[in-house]
Amino acid sequence: MKAWIAFSSILMKDMRSYYLKPPNISWGLIFPVAWTLMFFLRSPVPVAVRDLLPGVMALSILFGTTSMLAVTITFERKNRSFERLLLAPISLNLLMLAKTSGAVLFGVFNAFVPVLFASFMITLSEVNWFMVLGSVLLIAVTSTFLGLFIAVSVSQVFEAQTFSNFFRFPMLFLCGLFIPLSELPVFIRPLSYALPLTYGVDILKTAINGDGVIAVSLNFLMLAAFSIFLFSYSTYNVNRKWIL
Amino acid sequence: MKIIEVKDLQKDFNGFTAVDRVSFHINRGEIFGFLGPNGAGKTTTINMLTGMARITGGRVKLMGEDYTGRPKKAQAMMGIVPDESNLYEELTGLENLIFCGALYGMDKEHRRARAARLLQQFGLEEAAERPFKAYSKGMKRKLTIAAGIIHEPEILFLDEPTTGIDVAFARQIRELIGELHRKGTTIFLTTHYIEEAERLCQRLAFIVRGKIVREGTVEELMKEAQGENIVNFTLGGDFSGAREEFARRFPGCSFKIGKTNSAVSVHSSSAIALFPLVKLFEENNLPVYEAKIVRPSLEEVFVKTTGIELQKMQEQKDRKGRKGGGTRS
Ligand SMILES: Nc1ncnc2c1ncn2[C@@H]1O[C@H](COP(=O)(O)OP(=O)(O)OP(=O)(O)O)[C@@H](O)[C@H]1O
Ligand SMILES: [Mg+2]
Repeated sequence: MKAWIAFSSILMKDMRSYYLKPPNISWGLIFPVAWTLMFFLRSPVPVAVRDLLPGVMALSILFGTTSMLAVTITFERKNRSFERLLLAPISLNLLMLAKTSGAVLFGVFNAFVPVLFASFMITLSEVNWFMVLGSVLLIAVTSTFLGLFIAVSVSQVFEAQTFSNFFRFPMLFLCGLFIPLSELPVFIRPLSYALPLTYGVDILKTAINGDGVIAVSLNFLMLAAFSIFLFSYSTYNVNRKWIL
Repeated sequence: MKIIEVKDLQKDFNGFTAVDRVSFHINRGEIFGFLGPNGAGKTTTINMLTGMARITGGRVKLMGEDYTGRPKKAQAMMGIVPDESNLYEELTGLENLIFCGALYGMDKEHRRARAARLLQQFGLEEAAERPFKAYSKGMKRKLTIAAGIIHEPEILFLDEPTTGIDVAFARQIRELIGELHRKGTTIFLTTHYIEEAERLCQRLAFIVRGKIVREGTVEELMKEAQGENIVNFTLGGDFSGAREEFARRFPGCSFKIGKTNSAVSVHSSSAIALFPLVKLFEENNLPVYEAKIVRPSLEEVFVKTTGIELQKMQEQKDRKGRKGGGTRS
């Protein structure tokens, strides 16, 4: 009960202080809108919109989540308010979950903005929504933990931003978002399989268009594995580096 | 009852020993002080006790229970006020306190009521709805202390509560600390202000370069300086001519001439009888305008045992305080 009070207060505070702030909401909207327009307007053919949707959704989640952790973790660490959390009588795991839940929700919200836009252009009746929701959630969790991994590896906010771009931009090309994996040079493909987003996008493709290439269960398993690894490594890092 | 017990506590940073096998305890209801200069190891000690730093060696106990290496067990009973305010800039004073209460699992009504009460007690009611970033430095420090006691901890850690704060606020803060003490809060306080330690603490330890060089109640520590009695006289004339006669007539005393020839400082290892002295001054046509008994101060004890000039320590700290930086960033 006490742990729950702490958990929900941390989450609510972050929501109010960061996620529900106008700049962030508008970022959450503008970013997917920009991607949506850029891709969808270039290919007004309904079929193409459908093909592009999984990639745009994955991108919105990735950028929405990873950019937030630089603020909620790196910035708070820098101005020392994070110490207050470390000194509270809650376990480090619970604390890190509380600090990341907001970003996960933000990522999920980001994912459905392009869906909303696409729904004006194409019919989405054959979509497996259950699978979409599951994958969106898991992609949001994995990207958030990737953001966490970056945020706890650096000490300055700008480093977190730079470092996350180091991961994000390659993912744009390597994860099969818009270029199918089969069209990538063979020697690059192992890299694709080492990035979590590859598996996330693949589920979305299966759910929306039925053209994923990896077994859904394997995709979920890989995302879960990435999440667990990134989270454990991050808490390990906090414990090792921030508790002096 | 001992709230905190520390035995042979040690902290190494890559081979450098910041805290060197210190042992002490803190009794329930008292203010225990750590007095020491820059880099003495005060903050590091607090960090080890509260779980912000790993313990290299030694044991720590809270209310008789060993929690070395398991700080989470003890943190619910601790209130921690760091040397720099670390509340949330964008939240109001009230929101900050309520949030801190929630971190300790206090339910909604309880933390609201307690936050309101603390704001009142700390004279911050009017600023309750203002964001923390709009607070002055002194107000920030006050709110940070309030946040440290929102959950009514068994022990409150105050790391240099008045450093870098202007005189008026520092005074208010000292009064608040005194008030907390009267209400029964146990406090571990670090400071480099000797008067602050003397005024607030029941017991204290001098810490220098990671080692406790003296420890005891203020009275016990004072005893060391009580070997010597001093009376300073301000006279209405030049004393230098009469000095020899005085030395002859009062063999137990030594007479030192001060800044001017009419200021005399009389030192003796036994009590100084004033009347015969005054009488002799008068006989030498030296009217006595002022006689001041100099009480031995904690300052003398500190300087004697640590070899550190107090003024230097203070200047160094004030410079640091103004810049607003700590040893860590
Ligand atoms: N993270 C760290 N890594 C290496 N050395 C450290 C670290 N933290 C503190 N020290 C060193 O340990 C010593 C004790 O530092 P500490 O901050 O505990 O002193 P302090 O008594 O609190 O001083 P101040 O009055 O400046 O706050 C200093 O020499 C400091 O440089
Ligand atoms: Mg310090």
